[in-house]
Amino acid sequence: MRQWRSIAKEAMDRASIIVKFLCLLHVTDAYVVSSNHVLGPSMLPTLNITGDVVLVEHLSHRIGKLGSGDLVLVRSPLDPNKTLTKRIVAMEGDKVTFSLDPTRSFSSRSLVVPKGHVWIQGDNLYVSRDSRHFGPLPYGLIEGKVFMRVWPPSSFGLLG
Amino acid sequence: MLADSRKENNNQSKLKPRDWCLPLLLPDCFSCSPDGSILARDSSVVGNVDMGTPSVLWNVAKKCFTVGVISLTVSDLFASIVPVRGASMSPTFNPKTNSLLDSLSDDRVLVEKLCLRKYKFSHGDVIVFCSPDNHKEKHIKRIVGLPGDWVGTIYDVVHIPEGHCWVEGDNSASSLDSRSFGPVPLGLVKGRVTHILWPPHRVSSIERKTSRNRVSPS
Repeated sequence: MRQWRSIAKEAMDRASIIVKFLCLLHVTDAYVVSSNHVLGPSMLPTLNITGDVVLVEHLSHRIGKLGSGDLVLVRSPLDPNKTLTKRIVAMEGDKVTFSLDPTRSFSSRSLVVPKGHVWIQGDNLYVSRDSRHFGPLPYGLIEGKVFMRVWPPSSFGLLG
Repeated sequence: MLADSRKENNNQSKLKPRDWCLPLLLPDCFSCSPDGSILARDSSVVGNVDMGTPSVLWNVAKKCFTVGVISLTVSDLFASIVPVRGASMSPTFNPKTNSLLDSLSDDRVLVEKLCLRKYKFSHGDVIVFCSPDNHKEKHIKRIVGLPGDWVGTIYDVVHIPEGHCWVEGDNSASSLDSRSFGPVPLGLVKGRVTHILWPPHRVSSIERKTSRNRVSPS
C-alpha cells in the first residue's frame, strides 16, 4: 500500500513537471517568440520561394510598436486557418496609392487607411494576394513581427 | 563547525547586497547545490534584520509565476471567464441595467476556446471578438450570417465574403455591430460563449437563436 502511494506520488510529480513545461512552452510560443515556416512566391526578393523558417516575436504588436516597413505575420481574412507573411505599407490614417495590376500603372487608385486598420502588401506585387484584393486589414489580425531568418543557414540573419 | 559557520555568517553580512542578488540571479545553484542552501540559510539569518527571507520570497515568486503561466495557458487554449458590459445583448445578458449597481450586476460568462482550432461556427452562436476598428476592445455578439450567406438589413441585402461573418446584438436598438462596421473576419473571433456563471440565479447555458427569415444561404 505504501509502495503504491509513493509510486503514485512520483507519477504525479513527473506529470506536473511535464504540464508546467508544456504551459511554459505555450506561453513562450504565444507571447514571446515562435518559429514559422513561410512558403510561397509572394515575398520573393526578401524570402525564398522554397520555404524559409523565420522567427516571429509577439511583443511589439501588443505594445503598438509596429510601423510601416515591418514584416508581419497575419491571420488571413479570407481563411482564418491560414497565416500570411506580408509587409506593412501604411498604418491607419496614411494615404496609399496602389494598382491591382502593376504592369499597368495608369489603373492606380488611392485611399486613406481607416482607423484600426493597416495596409499590407507582398514584396512581389505580381503574384501576391494582399490588401489590394481584400482591402485594409484590421489590426487585431496581426499575429507578430517577423524579425529573423534561421533557415536556410546560408541566409541566417535579421530581416528588415 | 559552529565557529566556521559564524565566520561565514560574518562574511555574508559584509557582502549583503551581493548576497541578496545571488539567489535571484542563480536560481539553480540556489535550490540544488549544498553551497547554495548554506548561503540561503545564512542570508536568511542576516535578512531577518531588515526584510523578509529571500528564500520565502523566491518560493512565493516561483509559485506565482507557475500559477500565472498555467492559468494563461488554460484561458488561451480551453476556457476563460469574462464579464459582460453594456446592454447590447440585453435579453440574453444583463437584462436589467441598473446604473447604480452596474459593475456588481454584470453577468460573468464562460467562453470556450476549443472552437478556435478549426474556426467552425454555426448560425446563432454567441461569440467574443476583437473590434475591427480598435483591436483593444472586445465585443460579444451573436452570429447571424456565415460565409456565402445573404443577410437582409434595413436598406440592403449583403453578401458575406469568404472567411467573414455577420454579427448582431440581441438588443438591436442599442448595439454597435455589423450593421455599422460590416462583416467581421473570422480570424478576429476569440471564443464562443457557452454558459452564464454569475449572478447565481441566472446560471444557465446559452442556446442558439436564429431568425430564418433574414438569412438565405447562397
